[in-house]
Amino acid sequence: MLKITDLHAGIEEKKILKGINLEIKAGEVHAIMGPNGSGKSTLASVLAGRESFEVTGGSVAFQGKDLLEMSPEDRAREGMFLAFQYPVEIPGVSTTNFIKTAVNETRKYRGQEPLDAVAFLKLMKERMKLVQIDQSLLSRSLNEGFSGGEKKRNEIFQMAMLEPKLAILDETDSGLDIDALRIVANGVNQLRSKDNAFLVVTHYQRLLEYIVPDFVHVLYNGRIVKSGTKELALELEEKGYDFIKNELLVTEQA
Amino acid sequence: MYEENDDILGEVTSSEYKYGFVTDIESDDAPKGLNEDIIRFISAKKKEPGWLLEWRLKAYRHWLTMEEPTWPNVQYPAINYQDVIYYSAPKQKIAPNSLDEIDPELRRTFEKLGISLQEQKRLTGVAVDAVIDSVSIATTFKEELAELGIIFCSMSEAVQEHPELVRKYIGSVVPPTDNYFSALNSAVFTDGSFCFIPAGVRCPMELSTYFRINAANTGQFERTLIVAEAGAYVSYLEGCTAPMRDENQLHAAVVEIVAMEKAEVKYSTVQNWYPGDKDGHGGIYNFVTKRGICQGDYSKISWTQVETGSAITWKYPSVILKGDYSNGEFYSVAVTNNMQQADTGTKMIHLGKHTRSRIVSKGISAGKSNNSYRGLVQVGRNATNARNFSQCDSLLLGDKCGAHTFPYIEVKNNTAVVEHEATTSKIGEDQIFYCNQRGMDTETAVALIINGFAKEVMNQLPMEFAVEAQKLLAISLEGSVG
Repeated sequence: MLKITDLHAGIEEKKILKGINLEIKAGEVHAIMGPNGSGKSTLASVLAGRESFEVTGGSVAFQGKDLLEMSPEDRAREGMFLAFQYPVEIPGVSTTNFIKTAVNETRKYRGQEPLDAVAFLKLMKERMKLVQIDQSLLSRSLNEGFSGGEKKRNEIFQMAMLEPKLAILDETDSGLDIDALRIVANGVNQLRSKDNAFLVVTHYQRLLEYIVPDFVHVLYNGRIVKSGTKELALELEEKGYDFIKNELLVTEQA
Repeated sequence: MYEENDDILGEVTSSEYKYGFVTDIESDDAPKGLNEDIIRFISAKKKEPGWLLEWRLKAYRHWLTMEEPTWPNVQYPAINYQDVIYYSAPKQKIAPNSLDEIDPELRRTFEKLGISLQEQKRLTGVAVDAVIDSVSIATTFKEELAELGIIFCSMSEAVQEHPELVRKYIGSVVPPTDNYFSALNSAVFTDGSFCFIPAGVRCPMELSTYFRINAANTGQFERTLIVAEAGAYVSYLEGCTAPMRDENQLHAAVVEIVAMEKAEVKYSTVQNWYPGDKDGHGGIYNFVTKRGICQGDYSKISWTQVETGSAITWKYPSVILKGDYSNGEFYSVAVTNNMQQADTGTKMIHLGKHTRSRIVSKGISAGKSNNSYRGLVQVGRNATNARNFSQCDSLLLGDKCGAHTFPYIEVKNNTAVVEHEATTSKIGEDQIFYCNQRGMDTETAVALIINGFAKEVMNQLPMEFAVEAQKLLAISLEGSVG
């Protein structure tokens, strides 16, 4: 599904990603963990195509296509979804209108007819249940005046509507209380299938109690320094990121 | 609404001005230039009564003593008023007695603009007065409206058929001496619409005037007068387009509205004059005076405007709130792109007690354009408990355009409550990236964000025009981002 090879990227002169290698297959859930400033969110942004980041080396293949050659909108239309850490507000545009535009633009790219009002509403009603989101919230301007939890639920709702092949969740757990976290995770779990994949970027192990990953990778200083199964996340939680740093130090000295 | 929005976005594909064609039709023109003979020529062409010629000449003589105002925040080379044709009428082989006899070429022109002059083809109840250059060529649904006592016709016809009404109200809201361009208009006005709603009548359909400039080197100086007697209601729409030409053309109109006790007039404009090319060549100078008076108690006048066209837009649709408990509203979206300039806003003059006004202005600037809001809220000595709320928001696309706000507040009664809110924002890269990430290209994203920004004003427009206006917004801003 996604194959990242020796990816280097940065912002202006600053190098942030220094050779990322990662392969994600359909049906898998990968978690990327790491301390602040390790490059987690940069990785998510670079994959989604945010222009402020410059890719200086390496390659990324998404379903066999060269991802880095694609515009951000084409990446989305090909089935890549980013749940933003800080979703933006768009005054005067209802979430319903926004998501309908998104769904139909994507359908157009895929050569499908736009969804008519009835079909769209039916789909919406069905997906709203997944994240227990209320109709009244969807009629309001996108993310304007939403609480942190509402914004994140709205992200997952949009994901449910767009049915991506690969969903990247960028610190979706940040700012969520335990109930909201459970709702969001529950939504994600219901969307998991053998045909799609998830890349969960998080600082804490907490989210991974609810969204159980197949693989956990530790990102440190722009590189994946350790990979393992879900037990690795627990180990990190217990020992803190210092344990990784120390381990690295030992390896380097040896 | 969602359905429509999508269609609109889908249709936004061409960035060219769609209405820039020229109709090849012979016209009957006055010689270039302005003097008393030209005014006599116009008045004679229209077979006007003597009092109206005198009224014109008086305005002209006053105009000669005036100087063109320089205070607007716009720049343009001096206009040579002797280089303009003040009267141009498409030649029709016979004077049409009914809508079926209109010159097919003119009919096709309006059909190309999306305006059908055949009543049976109108889907919804909208009566149209179609004005091309200096004359009205057709007015639809006249008979149906006449049954209710509503007069809806061209100004020229009103002068012939209802001279007493015209004489009573013309210049009563915007006197010829009011300003430079109203004086010019009073001297040379050639047509426009006249609309009279008798007491207690609620006009059952939208009334509209479609203004089209066709001939070259011609100015359009129309005059519209709307009178709503006690308890009457009317919703009025105005649309305008012009061919693409390299030279600038002047449009100096006057609109007057009179609302008697408990009457309500809603006036909506979708202004799409040719804006000039992207380097600022050509386009219409749109210098217009629009004013309404809430003469009676509990009357209401509401202006809604969507201004996307014109090289320069310079106008302040205003309301004089004379009647107690009267209500004035101004909703505006002004878009400037490339080299366009706009200095627009409103004046709310509170004279009566318990008068209220509401101003919502949304300015959108792109390219190298300049967009100013200029508004006056005046509360007179006797206007006890007057209320005003003003909201002026500006949205910038790119970093070469300008947005300015000039609010003036003059309060002479200490019971007044006047509120003013203003914001300026830029379409953020974050917003666009967010939309991109959901599968929208940048043009679609900008159209979506703009329509959201302007929604509060768009909601004031009658349905069928709201759709048109949304498309127009998107098209006006084509190519302004990225």
